Amino acid sequence: MFQVRIHGRGGQGVVTAAELLSVAAFRDGRHAQAFPSFGSERTGAPVVSFCRIDDKEIRLREPILEPDCVIVQDATLLKSVDVFQGLKLDGYLLVNTNKTLADLHLDKLVAKLPAGHARIVAATEIALRHVRRPVPNAALLGAFAGLTQLVSLDHVAEAIREKFPGQVGEANVIAAKSAYDALRIEQVAA
Amino acid sequence: MLKQIEGSRAMAEAIALARPEVICAYPITPQTHIVEGLGEMVRTGALTNCEFINVESEFAALSVAIGASAAGARAYTATASQGLLYMAEAVYNASGLGLPIVMTLGNRAIGAPINIWNDHSDAMSMRDAGWVQLFAETNQEAADLHIQAFRLAEQLSMPVMVCVDGFILTHAVERTDIPPQADVDAFLPPYEPVQVLDPKEPISIGAMVGPNAFTEVRYLQHHKQNQALELIPRLAAEFRQRFGRQSGGLLRTYRAEDAELLVVAMGSVNGTIKDVIDEMRASGARVGLVTLVTFRPLPIAALRNVLGSVPHIVVLEKSLAVGMGGPLANDLDSALRNLVAAPHIHSAVAGLGGRPITKASLHRLFRAALDGGWEGTHFLDLNEAIVEGEISRMREKRRSGPTAESILRQLARKSGPAAAVSGSQL
Amino acid sequence: MNDMSKTLDAVQKLKFYQKGTLTVGNRLVVEDERSVQASLDRSNALTCGHRACQGCGEALGARYAMDAAMRVTGGNLIAVNATGCLEVFTTPYPETSWQIAWFHSLFGNAAAVAAGVAAAMRVKGRTEVRTIAQGGDGGTTDIGFQCLSGMFERNDDVLYICYDNEGYMNTGVQRSSATPAAARTATTPAVGDAPGNVFGQGKSVPRIAVAHGIPYVATATVADLHDLEHKVLKAMSIHGARYIHIHVPCPLGWGSAGHDTIRLARLAVESGLFPVFEAEYGHVTGTRKIRHKVPVTEYLKLQRRFTHLFKGSVVDEARISRLQAICDRNIDEYKLLASQGDA
Repeated sequence: MFQVRIHGRGGQGVVTAAELLSVAAFRDGRHAQAFPSFGSERTGAPVVSFCRIDDKEIRLREPILEPDCVIVQDATLLKSVDVFQGLKLDGYLLVNTNKTLADLHLDKLVAKLPAGHARIVAATEIALRHVRRPVPNAALLGAFAGLTQLVSLDHVAEAIREKFPGQVGEANVIAAKSAYDALRIEQVAA
Repeated sequence: MLKQIEGSRAMAEAIALARPEVICAYPITPQTHIVEGLGEMVRTGALTNCEFINVESEFAALSVAIGASAAGARAYTATASQGLLYMAEAVYNASGLGLPIVMTLGNRAIGAPINIWNDHSDAMSMRDAGWVQLFAETNQEAADLHIQAFRLAEQLSMPVMVCVDGFILTHAVERTDIPPQADVDAFLPPYEPVQVLDPKEPISIGAMVGPNAFTEVRYLQHHKQNQALELIPRLAAEFRQRFGRQSGGLLRTYRAEDAELLVVAMGSVNGTIKDVIDEMRASGARVGLVTLVTFRPLPIAALRNVLGSVPHIVVLEKSLAVGMGGPLANDLDSALRNLVAAPHIHSAVAGLGGRPITKASLHRLFRAALDGGWEGTHFLDLNEAIVEGEISRMREKRRSGPTAESILRQLARKSGPAAAVSGSQL
Repeated sequence: MNDMSKTLDAVQKLKFYQKGTLTVGNRLVVEDERSVQASLDRSNALTCGHRACQGCGEALGARYAMDAAMRVTGGNLIAVNATGCLEVFTTPYPETSWQIAWFHSLFGNAAAVAAGVAAAMRVKGRTEVRTIAQGGDGGTTDIGFQCLSGMFERNDDVLYICYDNEGYMNTGVQRSSATPAAARTATTPAVGDAPGNVFGQGKSVPRIAVAHGIPYVATATVADLHDLEHKVLKAMSIHGARYIHIHVPCPLGWGSAGHDTIRLARLAVESGLFPVFEAEYGHVTGTRKIRHKVPVTEYLKLQRRFTHLFKGSVVDEARISRLQAICDRNIDEYKLLASQGDA
């Protein structure tokens, strides 16, 4: 089982990100369970969502306490929420930012994780460029696919199109592909 | 067709397949997505021949369903927690009048203190009201139970509550099979009421029944619910035959053969428990699980059959009867009453107000039961420090008022206002 | 008419014992203008054998209202009743005096239940079947208010009839928000410095219904039964949310003589205390003028619930004049005097 935990703020599509990830895994023929940390609707408040992926039925219902991957959609959360709690030692980290991990004072953590597992992606910028809205989730999903190879980019794209039909969906797909490529290129270079 | 969708959406689609004729609801977390989904389907024409009515309170919601059902229409509504209590009068009214309404209960804690997260206190509050109460373990079962519920309700002439863990199931996205309309139609024929409001054959329904007849009416209601004990397994078997999967029924077991300890639970926590049982079995412990799907009527015979000769039982429930203990444990106790060598029942209350139930905690709990158990009601993952502090403060000085606020006051006093505000110790 | 005759075959035949009364008579009136009650063909929706008190205004009003509704719908009617006097005295299980499809659910939900019934009829394609909700003032102005307002807001196709006897009579004469100021009830006893019901702001559900802007609102009284029937017939010719508020004296609760019921209802109108009007979509369209204006004391004196205002030689001028002021305000608002023109 692979467990992903996504941190962000209300209004940034954190819940949708987990859902789309689960749909992509489903289309890949796997079992997936996505759910948010639940609460009242509030823009700007810290939000966590979860996604489990496995090749057999997922029965577990507890929140993800030991994620294999943490995705941070909003770097401002680093100051107020312990987003890394429980992150497995061989896990992945993906942070949405245009700074470096060193700038974010995350070098110690990066050192603990395997080489290449901790990455940044300027998802908001990518989203603004293609979708013209600062919603980074699609780009982050593309980056996730590139980083972990746990879901296929094609199915991430299908999941996005199903959720956001028409132009909006296409733009988000481009954003996802763009982030995927960026990560793969760096991966190869690293 | 297999879909990866939110539980609420899966339920909405299943309910739509059951061809409801009147849907009315008032929004309350966590049921909102179900009703919104149905409302949209009516608007787009995906669900035809259906009146969707937005009402001004839960009391009105169930009342509209009562009127519609009495007039012969297949009626559906959904609620949770505070909403269920607000319609409490109507809940008893519907069952007393034998109206086959199906209602989703998105299980949520009842305040005060106000809490929007999952537990079973709402379902428990209406356990005596005469509704059939079914608890879904997964979103698949949640969807399937609604289809079975309409058939059950109409055959018995009794309302049915399908209980689905709020957020944990309603808001989780997982793979669910949505059956084809034709298959559902074959399983669920149109509603044909025996007694109905019809100007062509006018009758009076709802008269005041006095002491000379009330007992008989209630006895027959009780008898009818007990008939559900036969009907529910039959429907589940027929469902399995037609749709190819096990959903519903009275209860089911998991690795219960030769068990030294059997855990009994309802709802989604059964999934987590199964993972724990697999791990414990791997290390040699003889633990098994009984998943109770039908809570009302209480399947006494089936429970006695499966639990009767096991030495230890842990009842894990998301409910508390204040001043008594765990209501499910209490019900099981009465089900196993007067058995020679009855099992030792260990009562555990967990997950109140949405507190997550973790594998780690369950391992500790089941291990403790195997090692001798405990007396009385055990509260899983209770913050002993907070509780002890409050109890000793209450011993010193009596002050009335809400406990939640009192705890904060205590924390503030101990470590300064900042700690109370962050509630980090909570 | 054929359907209704068939229905009549199955139910109790009418028997007229009285002769020479307007109820059964109208024989000198042109047939078109005769009341529904005058007809042998009337459905007798609320038949004899019910357990109402002698002189019950509500039984009278309900009979007229329901037979009128049955006439105009050709018998295609379902009635939803709130808990209250009418429900209790008409259905002493195992008997019922209703000869129509009738449903009682709870105290506060008649309007919502009726909305559900109407929805069921719509979805079944039985558009000829109409729905009526009925309740007392308790079940309408107090506990049933939320559901009623919801029904108005949605413009559900239901006619709601309120039989206002100004209190919770069935449970022992307790005060409701429709109880007039100064009236004695079990929960507003005539003792102390301020005997009887308080002088609050009042709660006029007819006015509130008008404010809701629904298609038809009317007040009516058992003092004018033709007018009552006419209003029900008119209401049933309209679709959408409709409200009729009928003033029905209660000999038991008001402490009046059973034979004074209609007289009291008339005095309430003629004093101005109970304005009789019609409104459509938020505007008053007609009022019934006062024929012979009377001071409110003539109305109050016939009811023991106001006796404390006339204790021996000491008359409670202060309270009586405040009641008179309510009458005068109504007269002004609705232009109830012939000399005043239209409202």
